[in-house]
Amino acid sequence: MTGLIVIDRLSKRFGNLVAVDEISLDVPKGEVLGFLGPNGAGKSTTMKMACGFLAPDHGSTQICGIDIAKNPRAAKRHLGYLPEGAPAYGEMTARAFLSFVAEVRGVGGSARRTAIDSAIERTGLQSVVDQSVETLSKGFKRRVGLAQAILHDPDVLILDEPTDGLDPNQKHEVRKLIKKMAPEKAIVVSTHILEEVDAVCTRAVIIDKGRIVADGTSRELKLKLPYHNAVSLRIATDDFEKTKAALEALKGVVKVEARRGKKTSHLRAMPNGGRSIATAVAQCLTNAAVHPDELFVEHGSLDDVFHQITTSETGKTTTGETTNG
Amino acid sequence: MANIWAIAKRELQSYFGTPIAYVFLAIFVALTGVFAFFIGAFFDRGEADLKPFFEYHPWLYLLLVPAISMRLWAEERSSGTIELLMTLPVSAFEAVIAKFLAGWAFLGIALILTFPMWITVNVLGTPDNGIIAASYVGSFLMAGAFLAIGACISSFTKNQVIAFVVASVVCFVFVMNGTEMVLGVFRGWMPEFVVSAISSLSFLTHFEDVSRGVIDIRDIVFYVSIICFWLFVNTVVVGMKKAD
Repeated sequence: MTGLIVIDRLSKRFGNLVAVDEISLDVPKGEVLGFLGPNGAGKSTTMKMACGFLAPDHGSTQICGIDIAKNPRAAKRHLGYLPEGAPAYGEMTARAFLSFVAEVRGVGGSARRTAIDSAIERTGLQSVVDQSVETLSKGFKRRVGLAQAILHDPDVLILDEPTDGLDPNQKHEVRKLIKKMAPEKAIVVSTHILEEVDAVCTRAVIIDKGRIVADGTSRELKLKLPYHNAVSLRIATDDFEKTKAALEALKGVVKVEARRGKKTSHLRAMPNGGRSIATAVAQCLTNAAVHPDELFVEHGSLDDVFHQITTSETGKTTTGETTNG
Repeated sequence: MANIWAIAKRELQSYFGTPIAYVFLAIFVALTGVFAFFIGAFFDRGEADLKPFFEYHPWLYLLLVPAISMRLWAEERSSGTIELLMTLPVSAFEAVIAKFLAGWAFLGIALILTFPMWITVNVLGTPDNGIIAASYVGSFLMAGAFLAIGACISSFTKNQVIAFVVASVVCFVFVMNGTEMVLGVFRGWMPEFVVSAISSLSFLTHFEDVSRGVIDIRDIVFYVSIICFWLFVNTVVVGMKKAD
């Protein structure tokens, strides 16, 4: 099955810099793809090429089966795009701006009014529609950009950092909106806020230096962390040797990290292949008659995955920071 | 077509959305009057025509048209709205035409607002109104040529000041084409037919007939070709250099 957006080996060079290197993506209907990467990884460049603004050096993009380079007008009709920074004509009122976009998109007559009103309502712009865009706050400007992108109810949405600069409530609203639209559309959202992926995305793609370095659901990505499902415990130092030996002997544990303290010590049992070892560890502790002060299963966060993957050259030593899940 | 209309309308409205439009219109009307009455000695000539009024249009346009054209593309680039515009179902050609038409319509409004001159000369004497109408058409065409140059240059940069200055200089070269000042640069190392080709590109020469009220088809073809050429380059530049 092919998706509503099919990106095939897009590449772009700026001088000597390879900004995007053979990126391929396939986003079916109903999927919200989180497009992640550090600043300068090529997220925006990829999106600009995908929506036909930049010409790729090679590779192609199809929107609803229509090649955007060969038939840009037809492809763009199916596409809603929020450019980075949500640019808009500052001297226009929000309503006039939306009306302009609707007119260019060929939404005419009574449908235009309905489309504009619906976009205004969905993005919560009612209170500011008659103000000129340049006088609006960053959050409202972003929402005007979003309203412009969803105005014609496109099958494909490409949103470059839709929640950047919004306060937590506004972020929540925008995510709710994206989630609500998701079943009917294929949506690509770029972000560097990783919580967003857990909040709205059904799949995440991490790119670094113009290449895809990871692709999967949030859960799948977390599985890649060496300490995913690791069990951490804090015990009295008196039990240290005994516990360490017991854990090391345990089947399914590949390694035990230990930090010996004066009164209490920390141990972390690393599972083999990310399998759950919580029950086994608990059993083992009971058998050894050790009573931990603290015991938890680590899941890791996407931040850790991101950090580990995108700093891969120096990454081996930087994966130690953990957060408990 | 609907796209062109929508963009042109927005563009024209955006002139009036800022004080630029009113400042420009006031200055344009005032300066045309100043040139005609004081420098062109409108009254002293004792003739019922608008020759002294039209004669100075190339010089006025030199300064004022780049002020209208500078923002057409440079502003889109600096504010990033070009990304929005070019990802709407609009071709570069349509956008170029729409923006040009909006600027041209604005210059048309400016020209129309000089109607008191026409009334004045009709009150004072009995001019040949056909000549005056023809001169207006010629002046409007020339304004279009200046505008096409300015719009094209505006598409190269995101800096409106650069767009203004460069457009003024290029327009100046086109105005002065027929004079020894420009031709002297080419004469001697270029074959004679090139030099005469360059001199035939002069706005001034082609406007001389027009300001006398003679509309020659060659002058119309000249200005229309100039407009087409610069709009073509404009389309190519917008198509190739979308980002940055």
